[in-house]
Amino acid sequence: MTEVDITLTVNGATRTGSPEARKTLADFLRDDLGLTGTHLGCEHGVCGACTVIVDGRAVRSCLMLAVQAAGSEVTTIEGLAMKGASEGGTGRRAGGGEMGVLQQAMWDSHSFQCGFCTPGMIMQAVAFLSDHPDADERQIREALSGNICRCTGYQSIIDGVLLAAERGRERAAREQR
Amino acid sequence: MKLPPVGYEAPETVSEAVELLAEHQDEASVLAGGQSLIPLLALRLAHPAVLIDINGVDELSGVSAADGWVAIGAMTREYVAEESGTVASAVPLLAAALPLIGHEAIRSRGTIGGSLAHADPAAELPAVARALDAEFVVRGQSGERVVPAAEWFEGYLTTSRQPDELLTGVRFPAAGPGTGVSFQEVARRHGDFAMVGLATSVTLSGGVISDARLAFAGVSDVPARASGAEELLAGQRPSAELFDEAARRAAAGIDPPADLHGSAEYRKKVAAALVRRGLRAAVGNAQEGQ
Repeated sequence: MTEVDITLTVNGATRTGSPEARKTLADFLRDDLGLTGTHLGCEHGVCGACTVIVDGRAVRSCLMLAVQAAGSEVTTIEGLAMKGASEGGTGRRAGGGEMGVLQQAMWDSHSFQCGFCTPGMIMQAVAFLSDHPDADERQIREALSGNICRCTGYQSIIDGVLLAAERGRERAAREQR
Repeated sequence: MKLPPVGYEAPETVSEAVELLAEHQDEASVLAGGQSLIPLLALRLAHPAVLIDINGVDELSGVSAADGWVAIGAMTREYVAEESGTVASAVPLLAAALPLIGHEAIRSRGTIGGSLAHADPAAELPAVARALDAEFVVRGQSGERVVPAAEWFEGYLTTSRQPDELLTGVRFPAAGPGTGVSFQEVARRHGDFAMVGLATSVTLSGGVISDARLAFAGVSDVPARASGAEELLAGQRPSAELFDEAARRAAAGIDPPADLHGSAEYRKKVAAALVRRGLRAAVGNAQEGQ
C-alpha cells in the first residue's frame, strides 16, 4: 500500500492525514475526517452527490484523490454555515442553528425530499452563484445539470436557487445604499 | 466502487515524469485531471500498477500564442481554456466545444491533454483537434516529437503515444480572417457523451468557401473527417442546396455504431442533420465576422 502524508485546509481548519494513494477525497472526508455530509452515490463521477468546493471551484470529490488535495482549501456542506455571506453562508459559526442564504432559500422553497443529493446540489449551486450572482433560470438549470435528483423533478430545486439569487441581489443592493 | 490498490508517483518536472514512464512503461497510467481515468479505475476497466500524477508539474499548464499557433499545455484545465481570451479569439472552434464537455464540476478538474490522450472518439476535443489539424507534442527520454492529429488517433482510446512518452502539449492553428465555426452535438441528456457530434470550421473568401473542415465525434473508433463533403464545399458559394449535398456525402461516408441509444441508421440521419446545422451556423458566424 502506498500511503502519503498530506496537510490541507477543510472548512477553514488545518487537517492532516495519511491516506492511501487510492483513497478518493470523498472517502477521506467521510472516513478519516468524519465529515459525512458529503454523500457518495455512484462513485464514478456521474451523479454529483459528492460535489465539494476545492480552491473555489466545484469538483466531484469521488474523482479526485485525497493526496491531490494536499495544500488545497476544501469546503464541504458542513462548512457552509460558517462561510461569509458573500460565499453563500451567514457569517455565523456552525452550531448556532443558522443556515446559509442558499440553504435557507432551499428550505423555504421545499427544494428537497429524501436529501441524498442535497449536499452536492448545494455545493454546486454555491460555487455557481458566487461566480454568477445574476444567473437566470436557464443558466441555473445548466449549472445543476450534472447533479442527479431522483425525487423532486428538479423544479423545486431550481426555485430554491433562484430565490437565493434574488435574496443575494437584494442584500447586495441594501449594502450599497 | 472504491479504487483498487495502486502505486503513486508525483513528479514535479517533465523530465522526472518521463523518467518514471521509462521505468514503469505500460504498467503506469498518467493521471492528469482524472475525470476519465478515475472512473476507469473505479469500474476496474484500467489496472495500472502505478499512477504518475502530473498535477504538480507546473510547466505543463498554460495557454500561449505565437507565430499563428496557440499552444496549450497538457495539464491546462478545461475551465481555464474556457475562460481564456486567447482561446476565444484565436481558436474559436475549441472555445465553442469546451462548454459542452461534461458538466461544470468535470471541467474544474478535466484537462485538455487528458481528454486528447484518453482519445474517446465520442468526446468533443478529439474532433476539434482533428478538424483543425492540431499538433501533439510528446516527450520521451530520447527527446521530443510532434505528431499531427491525423496520426495521433489510432483507435478506440488508443493514440500513437508510446508507453514511455508524455503528452506535454497541443498546438492549434489560429483561425484566419473570414473563419466561422460551430460545434454541434446530439446527446440523450445534457452533458452526456454525444451520440453524434460535429466540429465545423468554414473560411469564406470573397463570398466563396475557401476552406471547410468537418470532423465527427461518435461515429467511428477515432474522430473522423468528412473529406468527401469538405472537397465538395471548397470553392463553392454557400447555399442550402450545397449544404444538403454535403450532408448526404458526409452521412454516406460514415459507418456509425449501433447501441441501445440509437441505431446506425439513426446516427447517419443525425450526422446529416448536424452537417446542415453546422454549416449554416459556421457560415453565418463567418459572415458576421466580415
